[in-house]
Amino acid sequence: MGLKDAGQYDEEQLRYAAWLHWSTLLGFLTLIGTFVAYVFGILPARIPLERLPQVWNLPADEYLKVTGMPKGWAWIGMLGSGDLASFLGIAILSGCSIFCILAVMSVYARRRDWIYLVLCVLEIVILVSAASGLLSGRH
Amino acid sequence: MRCLPLTLFFFSHPAFAAGAGAGASAWWVWPLALFVVCFFLGIVAVPAGVGGGVLFVPIVGSFFPFHLDFVRGAGLLVALASSLAAGPSLLKAGLANLRLAMPLAFGASVSAIGGAMLGLALPANVVQVALGLTILGIVVLMAVARKSEYPHVPASDSLSGMLGIHGIFRDAISGEDVNWQVHRTPLGMALFLVIGFLGGLFGVGAGWANVPVLNLLMGVPLKVAAGTSSLILTTASSSATWYYLDNGAILPIIAVPSVVGMMIGARIGAHLLSVLNASVIRRMVIAMLFVSGVGALLKGLGIWA
Repeated sequence: MGLKDAGQYDEEQLRYAAWLHWSTLLGFLTLIGTFVAYVFGILPARIPLERLPQVWNLPADEYLKVTGMPKGWAWIGMLGSGDLASFLGIAILSGCSIFCILAVMSVYARRRDWIYLVLCVLEIVILVSAASGLLSGRH
Repeated sequence: MRCLPLTLFFFSHPAFAAGAGAGASAWWVWPLALFVVCFFLGIVAVPAGVGGGVLFVPIVGSFFPFHLDFVRGAGLLVALASSLAAGPSLLKAGLANLRLAMPLAFGASVSAIGGAMLGLALPANVVQVALGLTILGIVVLMAVARKSEYPHVPASDSLSGMLGIHGIFRDAISGEDVNWQVHRTPLGMALFLVIGFLGGLFGVGAGWANVPVLNLLMGVPLKVAAGTSSLILTTASSSATWYYLDNGAILPIIAVPSVVGMMIGARIGAHLLSVLNASVIRRMVIAMLFVSGVGALLKGLGIWA
C-alpha cells in the first residue's frame, strides 16, 4: 500500500466533503433564521410560547394529542407557523447525508465499485424510509 | 461584555417581555439556561475528547423539566450538528475516511432506528434507568480505556481488503505520512450495530464507543478513528433523528438553543485546547457523567424527582 493507492479515493472524499459543507451551511442558516423568526414572533406560533412550559414535560405522543401538532411530514404545509418552520432546518440537517451519498454514487458507478454503490443504495433506502415515516407505520 | 447590549435588546423584545411577568416560569428561562449549560458543555467536551450528546442527555434529562423524549431528540440533533460541522474539514484533511465509515455507518444507522423505535415505545422511567446504567458504564469505559496513537496491524483482514479500507494521513505534528490498514472488521461491524442501537435509544451520539472500537479493536490510528467516528455519526444520528422528528419528539425550543450553545462552546473549547489541562478536564467530565448517571438512575427509579 502506498500513497498512490490511497489517493485513488480522494475524489469521493472531496466530493462528499463539499456537499457536506454546503448542505450543512444551508441547514444551519435555515435553522437559525426560522428559530429567530419563531421566538421574536415574526412567524406566529401554533402553540403560544407562554404555553410551552405546560407541555414540554409530556411524552411526545401525549404532547401531540394535547397540542394538536401535526405528525410526520404534515408540517411541510404549515411553514407559516414559527414552531413548524423550525423543522425545515432540522430536516435539512438530517438530510445532509442523503445529499452527500447521492453525490458520490456517480463516482462509484464510474469506477465500477459495485460494493460501495450497493452500500450507497441501501443507505439511501434506510434514510429515506426513516424520513418518509414508513418505519413509523404511516404512508 | 460586547454581548451585553445584544442580550439587553434580545430580552427587552415584546416576545420575551410577555413572559417576564411570570417570574421563574417565564417560557424563555429554561431555553436560556439550556443555551448557557450547553455552551459550557461544548467548552469541556472538546478537551475531554467526548461528543456533546453523551454529556447533554444525562445532564439535561436529570436537571431540566423537559420530558426525556424531547431531551433525547435534542441530544441526537446536538450530536448530528456537531459531527456535520466537523465533517468537511476532517474529510479534506484525511482524518475521516469515507471508505471506512460507509459500511460501519450503514449498520449503525439501521440499528439506530431500532433503538429510536424502542426508546419512544418504552416508558420514560425504564429508559431513564437504562440511560443511568449506560452512562455509569461509559464512566468506567472512559476511566479505564487506553488509547493507541498508531496501533500495530500486522495484516489486514480479508473483508477490509475486499472493501479497500486503508489509507494514509499526514500527521501535522511529526509531518510524516502514516500508512494504516485495519483488522477484525467483521467484529467491528457487529459492535457498530450495538453502538448505533444505543445511540438511537438514548440520543447520546456514540463517539465514546466509536473511537475505542475503531482504535483499539480495528487498529485505526487514533486521529483517524476520532475523525471517522464523527463521520459515522453524521449518518447514524441522521436516521434516528428522522424517526424522532417524524414522531413529534423534537421541540425546536429545546433543540435549537442546545445546538447553538454547544457549537459556540465547542469552537471556544477547540481554541482553548492548548491552554486547558486536558487530563484535568477529562477527569472533571468523568465526574460530571458519574453524577448525571446516578441522577438519571435515581430519577428513573423514582427515588429522586
